[in-house]
Amino acid sequence: MSIKIKLFANFREGRGKIVEMDYTPGMTGQDVIDSLGITAPEIAALIVDGVDGKVDAMLAVPIKEDGYMAIFPPVAGG
Amino acid sequence: MFGYMGKILRVNLTTNEVTTEDLDFELAKKYIGGRGLGTKLYMDEVDPQVDPFAAENKIVFINGPLSGTATPTGGRYMVVTKSPLTGCIASSNSGGEWGAYLKYAGYDAIIVEGKASLPVYINIDEDKVEILPALDLWGKYTTEASDLLAEKQPGSKVLTIGPAGEKLSQMAAIMNEKDRAAGRSGVGAVMGSKNLKAITVKGNLKPEIANVEGLKAVTKECRAMLKENGVTGGGLPTYGTAVLVNIINEHGVYPTKNFQEGIDPDAEAVSGETMTEKYLIKRNPCHHCPIGCGRWVKSDKSADGIGGPEYETLWVFAGDLGIDDMEVVIDANYWCNELGLDTISAGATLAAAMELYQRGFITDEMLNDDVILKFGNADSVVHWLKKMGNREGFGDLLARGSYRLADFFGVPEYSMSVKKQDLPAYDPRGIQGMGLQYATSNRGGCHVRGYLISPEILGLPEKLDRFDLAGKEVWAKVFQDLTAVIDSTGLCLFTSFALGAQQYADMLNEVLGTEWTAEDVLLAGERIWNLEKLFNLEAGISPEEDTLPPRLLEEAMPDGPTKGWVHKLDELLPLYYKERGWDEDGIPTEERLEKLGLL
Ligand code: SF4
Repeated sequence: MSIKIKLFANFREGRGKIVEMDYTPGMTGQDVIDSLGITAPEIAALIVDGVDGKVDAMLAVPIKEDGYMAIFPPVAGG
Repeated sequence: MFGYMGKILRVNLTTNEVTTEDLDFELAKKYIGGRGLGTKLYMDEVDPQVDPFAAENKIVFINGPLSGTATPTGGRYMVVTKSPLTGCIASSNSGGEWGAYLKYAGYDAIIVEGKASLPVYINIDEDKVEILPALDLWGKYTTEASDLLAEKQPGSKVLTIGPAGEKLSQMAAIMNEKDRAAGRSGVGAVMGSKNLKAITVKGNLKPEIANVEGLKAVTKECRAMLKENGVTGGGLPTYGTAVLVNIINEHGVYPTKNFQEGIDPDAEAVSGETMTEKYLIKRNPCHHCPIGCGRWVKSDKSADGIGGPEYETLWVFAGDLGIDDMEVVIDANYWCNELGLDTISAGATLAAAMELYQRGFITDEMLNDDVILKFGNADSVVHWLKKMGNREGFGDLLARGSYRLADFFGVPEYSMSVKKQDLPAYDPRGIQGMGLQYATSNRGGCHVRGYLISPEILGLPEKLDRFDLAGKEVWAKVFQDLTAVIDSTGLCLFTSFALGAQQYADMLNEVLGTEWTAEDVLLAGERIWNLEKLFNLEAGISPEEDTLPPRLLEEAMPDGPTKGWVHKLDELLPLYYKERGWDEDGIPTEERLEKLGLL
């Protein structure tokens, strides 16, 4: 089983748009960003399996089997 | 008088009189400049019931006290008039260079009144101000008109309307430096109604600064904050506003096919990442801007490239039309600039027309054209934009905007607008605070009256639960008031991703010699907000229009991370009125107006 990590803006540099990772029961966003070499303060927004929230809280949420994460650095516009 | 040039230029196009008046410094400080002072000057002279296209209507072009100073992004100006689209107060903001050059020419504002009998343009070179014939410019697209004017008035900055403004489309923009737009609320049509094609400005004057060394220090500090900030020093310079496409889409609030859906599986094709990788030539910054979100992109229109689309434009000509083709959007953006059309309203009107076609209200016979207005039909976009801007055939109906179009068929609910102005690129069903902001914006559907996308989606300055209603009325008021301040200073709203009320107060203090606190400037913002509200009430805009399209209140989002949600305006609106100190019907109370110095 694997999970899909969608990366955006400069998080794609050297990593690509989508990274597939093997799923291990109980794995969290923190495990994912550790293995990608991304730190929590670099992240502005995070979606885990369609749910968004404060970054620190979302990093602790277990990802579903076959689930996904979307990780964004600070971006804005209007 | 510090900061301001101290002079207002008045041009009467009926009598050909040109006069100057001294700026009232105390009045200027009370309303700061730009949007605030422009609204006050306008309201003191014009009956709010005026027909926007009547000679009695006026149009104010105004910079701010920080325009033309060394402050970052200090080059913007506002156009204030009554909107022919909404009937509300219209304050339309633009960047580029023109606003700073108005100041270098020696003026804080121009008030244009009356109506010329034949097309004219106004040429300003410091004390020399002329009303000149523009018959040869009338009918010309923005680039050609701007090039001709640059030849006639070398060294001048050019502001002009395109055919859409001349033909009184309620969505007509005012263009400066060819690709910068005072886009919203149809201000270009008010120029057109006065037979005013353009205004050229040049000059070498500079405002006096109260504390030159203090301004240097605070400017340095603000520039450092902008550089260090992840958005203004990273995301915006690298990707432009287009970087929003993916993050908004991933949250399921990317309005698709006229807000029928909230997620577009092919949005990546028009994302900031794709634009940077495949189309970007260079950044295209406004005057004194260290951020440089503007894009200069590849196009078959010019070997040197052309001005590129912003996020709103990408969304409206892609997801909202069911098309995901960057080249179509770049082309559509180019043609909106040439025609002088607001990209948001023009695209949203096409989206409404496509839904009306989908539902059988618009038929092939009515279109009487080989190119059908149908979701997904990429060929229809530029084809119908040209007809819209030039008011040809069915394009004449399109030129009135989505509300009047849908209302013509007896189904105004298919216009995704507030107060007849089209909503921008965020579906409020999944961004409850933003929906409140849309409903209460003094100029109708608008994202830049209080950008609650920042906390609700982008996590700036902190992440709020986008579905939770708690405290959203407080956030909406603070964002609206602070935005009114920034719009009045002459700076770009995007600075607020890094700066706060204190920094704006600091910059104003060094320029003007005032001693304002952050609270003082926010109070000025609240004053400006209430002043605009008073105009709207006197113009006959009822608080019942503080609402959202029925779809967003009644139809649950069908899919994606926002699935199942509607907007809960009925719960938020009473809280908002209370937070504003207004009565339960949404009318400002005497007590509040007195506190704000508006009685
Ligand atoms: S941030 Fe963008 S819109 Fe604002 S002044 Fe700079 S280039 Fe212009």
